[in-house]
Amino acid sequence: MTDATANTADELIIDKGRPSLLGFTVPLTAAMGGLFGFLTGNTVDQGLIGFVLGLIYGGAAGFILMSFVANRTAGRWALIILTAALGFYLGKWGGAAGGAIVGAVVSWWAYWIGRGDYRDGVPTYATPGQTLWHVTYLFICGFVFFFLIAPILTIIPLSFNSENFFTFTPEMLGLSPEGYSLKHYEDFFTNSNWQSAMWNSLKIAPMATLLAVGFGTLAAIGLSQPHVPFRRAIMAVLISPMIVPLIISAAGMYFFYSRVNLQGTYLGVVLAHAALGIPFVIITVTATLVGFDRSLTRAAANLGADPVTTFLRIQMPLILPGVISGGLFAFITSFDEVVVVLFVGSAQQKTLPWQMFIGLREQISPTILAVATILVTLSIALLATIEILRRRSERMRGLSPQ
Amino acid sequence: MSDASDTNGPVLAADGRPLKASLNRALRKQKMRALMLIAPLLIFVLVAFILPIADMLFRSVENTIVRDTLPRTVVAMSSWNSDEAETPDEAVYRALFIDVFLASEAKTHTRLGSRLNYETTGISSLFRQSGREVGDMAEVYEDQFEDLDARWTEDVFWAEFMGDPAWFAQAQGAEDPGPTFVLKDGISDVLPKTADAYATFANFVQVEDEDNPAAEDPWALVHAMLYEDLTEQDISGYDGFGADLLADAAAAVEGFEAPSYKSSFIDMDEDWASPEVLGTIQAYSPPFTPGYFLKAVDMQLTPDGIEAQSEDRAIYLKLFWRTVWMSLFITGMTILLGYPVAFLLAKLPMRQSSLLMILVLLPFWTSLLVRTSAWKVLLQQQGVINDLLVWSGLINEAGRLVMINNQLGTIIAMTHILLPFMILPLYSVMATIPPSYVRAAKSLGATNWVAFWRVYFPQSVPGIGAGSILVFILAIGYYITPALVGGTSGIFISNRIAYHISSSLNWGLAAALGSILLAAVLILYWAYDRIVGIDNVKLG
Repeated sequence: MTDATANTADELIIDKGRPSLLGFTVPLTAAMGGLFGFLTGNTVDQGLIGFVLGLIYGGAAGFILMSFVANRTAGRWALIILTAALGFYLGKWGGAAGGAIVGAVVSWWAYWIGRGDYRDGVPTYATPGQTLWHVTYLFICGFVFFFLIAPILTIIPLSFNSENFFTFTPEMLGLSPEGYSLKHYEDFFTNSNWQSAMWNSLKIAPMATLLAVGFGTLAAIGLSQPHVPFRRAIMAVLISPMIVPLIISAAGMYFFYSRVNLQGTYLGVVLAHAALGIPFVIITVTATLVGFDRSLTRAAANLGADPVTTFLRIQMPLILPGVISGGLFAFITSFDEVVVVLFVGSAQQKTLPWQMFIGLREQISPTILAVATILVTLSIALLATIEILRRRSERMRGLSPQ
Repeated sequence: MSDASDTNGPVLAADGRPLKASLNRALRKQKMRALMLIAPLLIFVLVAFILPIADMLFRSVENTIVRDTLPRTVVAMSSWNSDEAETPDEAVYRALFIDVFLASEAKTHTRLGSRLNYETTGISSLFRQSGREVGDMAEVYEDQFEDLDARWTEDVFWAEFMGDPAWFAQAQGAEDPGPTFVLKDGISDVLPKTADAYATFANFVQVEDEDNPAAEDPWALVHAMLYEDLTEQDISGYDGFGADLLADAAAAVEGFEAPSYKSSFIDMDEDWASPEVLGTIQAYSPPFTPGYFLKAVDMQLTPDGIEAQSEDRAIYLKLFWRTVWMSLFITGMTILLGYPVAFLLAKLPMRQSSLLMILVLLPFWTSLLVRTSAWKVLLQQQGVINDLLVWSGLINEAGRLVMINNQLGTIIAMTHILLPFMILPLYSVMATIPPSYVRAAKSLGATNWVAFWRVYFPQSVPGIGAGSILVFILAIGYYITPALVGGTSGIFISNRIAYHISSSLNWGLAAALGSILLAAVLILYWAYDRIVGIDNVKLG
């Protein structure tokens, strides 16, 4: 509550009141505690006892926090530390970590319920039914976000597994150092299969990107001219590599490139990947050019610049962010692509995704998780770069990011 | 020029041309410049992408292999009708003998056999066997000529007998492959079939084997043709090299043992009398065939016309149907999961929604294989989810859930992978819906539900449309994820296409299946262009 009053001094503060302690808050915190108690108890086949103990724990936590600990931060930390200590007593470090999580969730739940925060998103006149619906809705959204992100986050700790398993070992859950190792990363950086795959990817993707960006930028500039005959048809053709199912592109290229002796060559793979990356360059660069102020080029021409100078000094710097993010899209398309390279390439062009595909299908090895983690890091970096470029582009064009 | 405005003539530009023409010229120049900028990419995409796909589509109807491998048989068979109970006459089998003999020398008969085996099982082994045995059929003649005179099997004799004297002089003792073979003048008038067969032999030996025909024993086929020539032609006018030998042979052929080709073929394998086999060859002899497309929709081109494929081999319609309903289901799931999230993102203040947007964009940017491997790790029977459920006691060790290598695995993984493609278009549409409409509806007395359903939802429908078409187009062509987590019951038509390209090598069928899939996608693409406009596709 303290922070709410501090930063909303000019807002009308409505006292939403607090829900009944014994009639609402304590039963709900007890239920939450009971749930955790049941799950914990189940691990030692004592679900019912766990449930009862959990009920008591949750109810007591709710009652004490609401009645005696007004400071939310202090209350939450106190419960986290207490529950962690309890967990440590029951199950060493792994238990402590679990206890801390339980403490964090239960204490958050207690304050969220007890202080009436759950009504934040609804107007004061909302009925309990409407409030319940709103809260359910938020939980559904939370679940979807969890569904989106959890699989990606799960593989990161698993990649540090010291065993060749694809699941959490008891040592890992116990947070003991023996459970963790860098051996899968070591394998990735020393195994010749993975290394050659990585270098192939790094050789193919930049060339494909260069081709796609070079041709794509020119064409995007052409397409954004005011009078382009057959604009719609040309656009449809240029975007088609993104729409046509990859297996069909792959099949077509495989047959055709075999006829012209490009199948199984570096050049063949680069051309195929460039074709796949082109739609992304076209889309991002034309999007940048849509907001381009044509009077700038006219002004440059008026001041005596020839078309080339105008392009290099005026137009290029302004569309550069779009070009770079299009290039990143093309790069990631090539870097992630597996279907086309599977058909158009040969063993000498085996890329990282191809090697992963084999690894997943045949000799399933946990090194894949290490590679996956590295790739996730790469995508985070790319995502950040694109976002920065987008903001820069909007700033340069005078549209402030909202 | 300055008085252009005073006259009644057309308005003139500064250079004295009519302004209209001048403007048109400028416009044309502008159009040309735009096209010149687009041209390199357009040509690149056409050559590197559109042309290969057109080439593949062409393969789905192209069928020249029968015509190329058995050219004579196809011609000879044209008058035969497979409905008749009778087998074709001797001429067809003679043509077949020559074609199969040549094909077996070039080793193309097995390819034809496996091609026709897609249509009628058993043809592959029939052709393989025949390829071995036509040699024996021809050797009957070779042996009889050899018994007559050993020179009839000598390489040098034949080279001098058939070859141009100048060529023979150079070829004798020359290194492989020697000078290009030239037929002796006039020999094809005396012995047309023999000369033709020998020329084919010489050409084959030089081009394929890179050997000198003057140092290679001719094929037994040449002897079979020589027998036919000697029985049919009058060779008394020939007085060149080997005339005496030829005259002796001409006198002797009367007494040669010459089994009919027809009976030899039928003795070899009675399938050669079966109207089904011969009818299949005939049905697939035109250079274009609807056969692959029929196969792709579980029909069959048989000698009796188009028939439904037998129950146990009818798999493609089922597979298409599964691809479509699973894609629809996945699209539905993404709407169900994506709509609330997009709604929340559009409603929250910019700062919070940008943060939450990262949770949507990170999966979007993460490699497809990373996400698929994540699901493989999570859903396995010894995987994280099952371990968690067993650990918490919700299921016991024996009751571990099977969530992978079936349809459920494909649906879960693909819903996750395609969800951002639904959320992003939905969000971009919802962000433009003014909140005042819903407020107005509520102030006019609508309940929350009515305000949402009658006012907000209709405005968000374009977003649902855009997202659905996008997700459906992407889903229907998926290959990697079903291949990795779909097992056998969760695979899509793409997996079958890949199988036919890389394992069964039935490229025509792969192309036909691909063409149908492509047609479906292009119709949706067209619809997408109509509804959303391809220029309006946004990334991230």
